[in-house]
Amino acid sequence: MTRRRTTVLTVLALAALPLLFLAVFFAYPVVRIVLLGLHQDGAWQWHAAWSTLADPGVRHVLWFTTWQALASTGLTLAVGLPGAYVLSRLRFPGRSLVRALVTVPFVLPTVVVGTAFLALLGSGGLLDDWFGVTLDSTPAAIVIAHVFFNYAVVVRTVGGLWSRLDPRQEEAAMVLGASRWRAWRTVTLPALAPAVAAAALMVFLFTFTSFGTVQILGGPRYATLEVEIYRQTADLLDLPAAAVLTLLQFAVVLVVLLVHGTAVRRRTSALGMVAAGQAERPPRSTGERLFLAGNLLFMAVLVVVPLAMLVLDSVRSSRGWTLAFFRALFAGGGDSTLFVPPWQAITNSLRFAVLATVVALVVGGLASVALARRGTGRVGRGLDLLLMLPLGTSAVTVGFGFLISLDRPPLDLRSSFWLVPLAQALVGIPFVVRTMLPVLRAVSDRLREAAAVLGASPWRVWREVDLPMVRRAVLVAAGFAFAVSLGEFGATVFLARPDQPTLPVAIARFLGRAGEINTGQAMAMSVILMAVSAASMLTLERLRPREPGEI
Amino acid sequence: MPAEGSVVIMRAISRTTATIALAAASAVALSACGSSSGTSTGAASKTVTLVSHDSFAISKKAQANFERSSGLKLKILRSGDAGAAVNQAVLTKDNPQGDVFFGVDNTLLGKAEKAGLFTPYAAAGLAKVPAKFQLDAGQHRVTPIDYGDVCVNYDKKYFQQHHLAVPTTMDDLAKPQYKNLLVTENAATSSPGLAFLLASVAKYGDSGWQGYWKKLDANGLKVVDGWEQAYDSDFTGAAAAKGHGTRPLVVSYDTSPPAEVSDPAKTPASAAPTGIIADTCFRQVEFAGLLHGAKNAEGGKKLIDFLLNREYQAEVPDQMYMWASRGDVKAPTAWTKYVDVPADPHTLAPAVIDKNRDQWVKAWSSLVLK
Amino acid sequence: MSLLTVDDAAVTFGDAPALDHVDLTLEPGEIVSILGPSGSGKSTLLRAVAGLQPLTAGRILLDDADQASTPPHRRGVGLMFQDHALFPTRDVGGNVAFGLRMHGAPRAAAERRVAELLGLVGLPDAARRPIATLSGGEQQRVALARALAPSPRLLMLDEPLGQLDRGLRERLVQELRAVFTRLGTSVLAVTHDQGEAFALADRVVVMHDGRIAQTGTPQELWRRPADEFVARFLGFGNLVPATASGGEAETPWGPVPVPKDAADGRYLLLVRPGGVRLAAPEAASLRASVTARTFRGGPADSVTLALDPERGPALEATCRLGDAPVPGSTVAVAFDRDEVVLLPQ
Repeated sequence: MTRRRTTVLTVLALAALPLLFLAVFFAYPVVRIVLLGLHQDGAWQWHAAWSTLADPGVRHVLWFTTWQALASTGLTLAVGLPGAYVLSRLRFPGRSLVRALVTVPFVLPTVVVGTAFLALLGSGGLLDDWFGVTLDSTPAAIVIAHVFFNYAVVVRTVGGLWSRLDPRQEEAAMVLGASRWRAWRTVTLPALAPAVAAAALMVFLFTFTSFGTVQILGGPRYATLEVEIYRQTADLLDLPAAAVLTLLQFAVVLVVLLVHGTAVRRRTSALGMVAAGQAERPPRSTGERLFLAGNLLFMAVLVVVPLAMLVLDSVRSSRGWTLAFFRALFAGGGDSTLFVPPWQAITNSLRFAVLATVVALVVGGLASVALARRGTGRVGRGLDLLLMLPLGTSAVTVGFGFLISLDRPPLDLRSSFWLVPLAQALVGIPFVVRTMLPVLRAVSDRLREAAAVLGASPWRVWREVDLPMVRRAVLVAAGFAFAVSLGEFGATVFLARPDQPTLPVAIARFLGRAGEINTGQAMAMSVILMAVSAASMLTLERLRPREPGEI
Repeated sequence: MPAEGSVVIMRAISRTTATIALAAASAVALSACGSSSGTSTGAASKTVTLVSHDSFAISKKAQANFERSSGLKLKILRSGDAGAAVNQAVLTKDNPQGDVFFGVDNTLLGKAEKAGLFTPYAAAGLAKVPAKFQLDAGQHRVTPIDYGDVCVNYDKKYFQQHHLAVPTTMDDLAKPQYKNLLVTENAATSSPGLAFLLASVAKYGDSGWQGYWKKLDANGLKVVDGWEQAYDSDFTGAAAAKGHGTRPLVVSYDTSPPAEVSDPAKTPASAAPTGIIADTCFRQVEFAGLLHGAKNAEGGKKLIDFLLNREYQAEVPDQMYMWASRGDVKAPTAWTKYVDVPADPHTLAPAVIDKNRDQWVKAWSSLVLK
Repeated sequence: MSLLTVDDAAVTFGDAPALDHVDLTLEPGEIVSILGPSGSGKSTLLRAVAGLQPLTAGRILLDDADQASTPPHRRGVGLMFQDHALFPTRDVGGNVAFGLRMHGAPRAAAERRVAELLGLVGLPDAARRPIATLSGGEQQRVALARALAPSPRLLMLDEPLGQLDRGLRERLVQELRAVFTRLGTSVLAVTHDQGEAFALADRVVVMHDGRIAQTGTPQELWRRPADEFVARFLGFGNLVPATASGGEAETPWGPVPVPKDAADGRYLLLVRPGGVRLAAPEAASLRASVTARTFRGGPADSVTLALDPERGPALEATCRLGDAPVPGSTVAVAFDRDEVVLLPQ
């Protein structure tokens, strides 16, 4: 057996569980629902498919989806990279808190954030009052909200690598006469490229498949493919059209993934890494202090202001300040089974989130370890691609796919408790892979060999060498998976399931009813969700092990 | 559990490539997990499963009473809004998720019946339901449980402050003095949005409704995607909008005005902050039906009977923000005090709606969503 | 019984042989250097012995046991990497203790051993220092301590002193030899520096294009390089084609005395620089002008001269500082029979 074949076999063995998981819980349901649309009454629905593709409305949707995603991604990177630097390289008091805080938007359900943004940007909103500007039903509002949501993706993904990058390389370039900016551009940026590319990819996929944000802030005139797929599937049950749109979205996502894959493949190289914490230092010059202050101010405006609006709305009624909404919440929402006390929603949310995180970490972690091995070739690249596809797939497609394909023993998931965590894990896996893979690939093979020669078995090599290096990435990945699950709303809400409402579902239920007391409780519940997610992120930060040299 | 499964899988794959066997192995592992949370099919005869949308509500007391009197455990599967829930039921009709479906309304009834979702059953207590709600009286495939009207709501304070007469007809809404005052929902995605479109069809007929919408559009109509945004963010009359709303007219329900009253004990009938315009109302009736292929059909029948019995009917307004379908059950005064349920709302036959809905929505979209 | 036997070992990358059917043995306690330019396959040989590089053909035996199915972590060898490969997430003590932990050493014993080894490499108080704070030389010492800690039956060093400056290197190589000799460690060290190889090893193996070009003690190699490659690699430049007959050879420089026992025939003739004698201009038959003079220092006060003879290629000569002519002057050249080597053509 040649070495290459051994590698491929090892990769396949490691990837067996992820592959099986994706095959059963992703590929099979999606293929079933797409086939159901394209092949009806014993015949292929080419005509229906073609008329969908030929519809100028669909082309318009595709165009809008693409450009708003590109704009959102570009803007998020532009503001997120400085933020990543500040939060990974500069040491200042309260940094953990800030880091947790910027993650909060990411976990908030779009319904809640949409409402907060409408109060800021919409007619009669803060911006209208102060500057006479209204942005609701405009692409600008969508893009701003996308930046708000995805800022954390850039900060955490890029920051994870940045905090470990050996600063001496950049210093060396400066000693060689490069300006600070030039040194960053020629030395640091290329080294960060895999993480930047990963972050850009995730933000693009997120915004390309954006659903709630576009629905609320874009008004009925602007729709992404995702929104259109939802309408065709859930509202109109026009499965042929939905299938075509799903395939169209797949096609775009595949192209993006391939471009990303090629770009990253050219760049991946082992990096000079240091223990986390060694690359940090307090801001030194006035310029650096100003840079830090500027970024913190930006984060405050971007993140804190909309969140503050929510908090205000939870303690303010038409008759002034009040805690009535919180009291009503904790009183148990009357006698209805539809509403559960907050602690129960919190418990449900946390339980789902923990399960989804564990599943995503096991599946995504195994896949990352498999993919990080060098020389996996085309098999590895194909697997990498497959793992990202759930991000580019409409939740409604997966959900309806579950309904018709995982509906019989031995695998009747439809009314199972596992339905929600599995659906959420599916979204979490790409995050785990994208955060762990760059770091795993950056671990020098030489270290693994050194450990092996010193007597470490392959398993111990992973535990003693890889794990300490990726521990932070694992935590970041866990944070993402956890956050995705905490805030996840789409799959949770339209999959019929035994009644264990999560926080976002509870919020949506309150929002769906008229009356100040209901909306107020929705805001109060949102504040609780914010607190829970911030606390979770802070806990994850604390779990971070101390490493030698870390203060 | 997945961790345990993985060990089995890893071992198996090193010996054989029989992926089918693996799928089965993991499936067994997963369903074993599932059953531990009380989802065993073996208990099917003891459980009755209700499939509904995400707004279905029942009090804990009523649920306990049902479970005690029937000897059945009630399991409720909620998903999405009414449209999505019905579509899921249609999609899974060969292997239904439960025994009873609740939440199909007259705008969706034609679709559900055409798909053959339901098995006929004449519920006990049906005699007490006024005939106007019994849209399937001939075959009893579905049982009317509650109803409500989608009406334009208005903000009383706004019209007082602006010394403007409250519009009273659908025609009024297109008049210049009400320019830029109305917000409605996307008929393609929102149930009240569709209902208001249907109201216009019922009022102006096939030939006239499009002209009406052209006028509305020219008069500064705002269309948003969902009820939550229209009502909570844009409607000046909703306390939730905290004064940020800009539209004093909104398409909502006739139960919305009572819901806006935060303290019914102290608020006189005249002091309700909002009201409805009766001429704009379209009636929605919500039905329950026994699912074709139900595993526990007998239990399902008991459940439908229960949904129509006095105990549950009495709590429909509080739980569902709708009106009970039984004529002999009176809604609590906290609900009836602030609104007069329209006596003669617009209606359309379910079959007519089903036949034309898609083309109406398409035409509507091209008129107002350009 | 040999500690290490490399038997007909071959490694191929694609079509290019990196290791071309190599045979090598190493006795317990022996220190062997593998000397060769980069790309000669010497690092591949180390990696193959460590089990990091599978063989395409041949066998590797440790204590006469075939290692074909023994993974790296069970071979009981130590390897010190050229780039040290210290674990950045552990401190110095954690790095040195790593192998001990992997072999299940009790904590207290491991700590004692770490202290002992850090003392041995001259970093007695460094156990808690982070890796990033170490200088290149310190990293090298830590890497050595880490490799030595589990007492491997064979210690392999890949360019152990590669990145250090010359002075430090010369001192360390003496120290290393002293340590290995004291501990009785068997060592296989790879280097491209002949000085380092000669100073460290009992026996030197010269590699070229994946093959072994010559094996011998430093003195043997120095006295009798096996072929032109080895001669040139050892730094010898005075090489010309020659036809020998009757104790003398005809060369481009004119007649050169050759060892008495040399058979007649065509050879490649090497004159070691020390064998190029300078005489008064009129005393010899070959005149040359001095083009450069390089002072090498050292206890012998040695000077290297570059000479441009009136016929034949350039010559290199060494002499004492006191005897060295100035550049530009003309000298007469004679050859010392004892410093002339005949190589196969």
